[in-house]
Amino acid sequence: MSDTATSERTATGPAAAGLTTGRSLALLKPLLLAVAFVVLLLVPIYVEEFWLRTGFAVFGAAIGAIGLNLLVGTTGQLSLAHAFFLAVGAVTYTFVAGEPGGVATEVGGLGLPPLLGMVLGVLLAGLAGLLFSPVAARLRGIYLGVASLGLVFIGIHLINTWEYVTGGFNGRIAPDFSLFGFEFSNNASYLAIAGVPFREAERLWYLGLFLAVGAYWFARNLLRSRPGRALQTLRDSEVAASVMGVNVQGYKARVFLVSSMYAGLSGVLLALSIGSIAPESFGLLVSIQYLAMIVLGGLGSVGGAALGALFVSALPLVFQRYADIIPLVSASRGDAGIAPGEAARFLYGLAIILIILYEPGGLAGLARRFRRPGRPGGGRTASPSSAATSSSTSTVPSDPPAQGSTT
Amino acid sequence: MTQFLSLLFNGISLGALYALIALGFVIIFKSSEVVSFTHGSLLLLGAYSIARLSDTIGFLPAVIFGLAITAGAALIIERLIINRLRGAPVISLAIVTIGVDIIILTELVRRLGSDILNVPHPWGGESFRIGDVGISQNRLVATIVAGTLIAAFFLAFKYSSWGVAMRASAEDGETAALMGIRQGRVSAVSWVVAGVLAGVAALFLVGAPTPGVSPSAYAVALRAFPAAILGGLDSTGGALVGGLLIGLAESFAAGYQEQILFLGRGFGEVVPYVVMIAVLLVRPSGLFGTKELTRV
Repeated sequence: MSDTATSERTATGPAAAGLTTGRSLALLKPLLLAVAFVVLLLVPIYVEEFWLRTGFAVFGAAIGAIGLNLLVGTTGQLSLAHAFFLAVGAVTYTFVAGEPGGVATEVGGLGLPPLLGMVLGVLLAGLAGLLFSPVAARLRGIYLGVASLGLVFIGIHLINTWEYVTGGFNGRIAPDFSLFGFEFSNNASYLAIAGVPFREAERLWYLGLFLAVGAYWFARNLLRSRPGRALQTLRDSEVAASVMGVNVQGYKARVFLVSSMYAGLSGVLLALSIGSIAPESFGLLVSIQYLAMIVLGGLGSVGGAALGALFVSALPLVFQRYADIIPLVSASRGDAGIAPGEAARFLYGLAIILIILYEPGGLAGLARRFRRPGRPGGGRTASPSSAATSSSTSTVPSDPPAQGSTT
Repeated sequence: MTQFLSLLFNGISLGALYALIALGFVIIFKSSEVVSFTHGSLLLLGAYSIARLSDTIGFLPAVIFGLAITAGAALIIERLIINRLRGAPVISLAIVTIGVDIIILTELVRRLGSDILNVPHPWGGESFRIGDVGISQNRLVATIVAGTLIAAFFLAFKYSSWGVAMRASAEDGETAALMGIRQGRVSAVSWVVAGVLAGVAALFLVGAPTPGVSPSAYAVALRAFPAAILGGLDSTGGALVGGLLIGLAESFAAGYQEQILFLGRGFGEVVPYVVMIAVLLVRPSGLFGTKELTRV
């Protein structure tokens, strides 16, 4: 069970937890991060295809979760529309990069390079977010949550209806990715590194890894820059923010733009990971799963969102794979056991309730609790020098646990 | 004209059911500041219990038990989770109900599988006709029952001590508590009432013209969300208006599907959300919701 992919990815958290002082932390943290990164780079050489595919799905989900977290966790705008923006990205990619044709239904396609499809997918998802933001800017708190719920159903309807682009109810095959002639597919030219043949799963692993690291890095930097501070002020009090000169409407629109661009990229990776797009991949449950990820990880924490994504998106796959070992779970539907997907849903449903009841900071909050036993109140109370060094390298941001404290 | 009238009646009856569910949302929100995403699965739970029990103990006892189960589930949720989170941010409360919803819904969908359970309504699946205009008897009974319940609710809300306590707590929770109104009890009773309302709506929503109890009843319950929101989350009258508006819009969009085919097949199921977003664009707090004031 202790395959490398899961055990080593989570290794950074507990290992870093034992450290207390800023100086040793400052030295060890980058080292640990570097080691973790190298391990992640080496994973495809040692690990079988199942874990690589799971890993790719996790990377995709992590990007989406980081994006949603910027919106919900950092800015306090409850959005259930994430599945819709995911769909925009996935559909755009499939249409732009796909060839016209189709088996059951006639579908169109532009047949352009997949990289262009990915970029357009991200941009169009961002545009969709920007178009929705005037609605969003007028609504507060829970009204926004329910209004964005509507977007998911409208999106599903569009996917079902617009068969020429989406393939309708049955969906369509998503084209393989390729980068300047380097194909991320099984029928590409043979390539082996260290004696391991690099096929689709190995190649996609690297694609996912680099995109996820990039997304993580961008979000971390965004949060620590001027816009990031502005967004956090917005969450805490819109009035205070506007008094301090933060352009409330402008920042709301921009955070919607960024968040849905993340969702668009995540959607493209989702399409690549499943290999096809279909309406049921973008339903309300998907939005709820993303919400589960960021709540589990800790609202407002970038690293937490990635951890939550690991938990929520890998769980059903792992259950599926080890259905005969895990008690109560059965691979076949029906009889005594619980299907893997259902077991996973039970688990994270329960986890959401427990987290909100007992640890509103999520996994990030738990980690923070272990790491700084002598310092109540999180990283902000640390002395300026150590705070500066530790916060620039810590895996979990030192922002106080954001508990969606909106108006 | 015949078609128009029958769509109108159908819309009103559907709207009355939406209004029942939406009223539940609103009183829960007013009493405990929770936007309850559990309502869809509570409704499905009610429908499932009624359908399963009526095989063994007959229709009427099954309805009573089914309503009790739904109300009990709502009460358990309130006591075990919501009551402990008093004063937490609205978004956390909403998210925790999503967690509950995932659990109940997963279990119900697992039990239902791909079956469609039948509820043996004594009024059967025939339709009632006035001239050429027809409406299913189930929907007719639904309109009457829902109308009576809504009227009873508004009377209770206005005159009963619970209603007064509830309005007081919604107005100003702290002052109400100082006046000796037990917030916990008000909130618990509201959840029970909302559970019963959802159970009653469930009873009728799974009858004709709907085939029976299937996971799709959940999606129907979700469409009561737009009803509650566009009326204004803290307005009971708004829930009624919103419910009727959504019911009519859905009924007409489904009935005139051929004329609006460019919007795609099955547009009726989406129209509640379109109406909701359109209304919210003009009135961000719904039609009758209290506008949020900001004091500095």
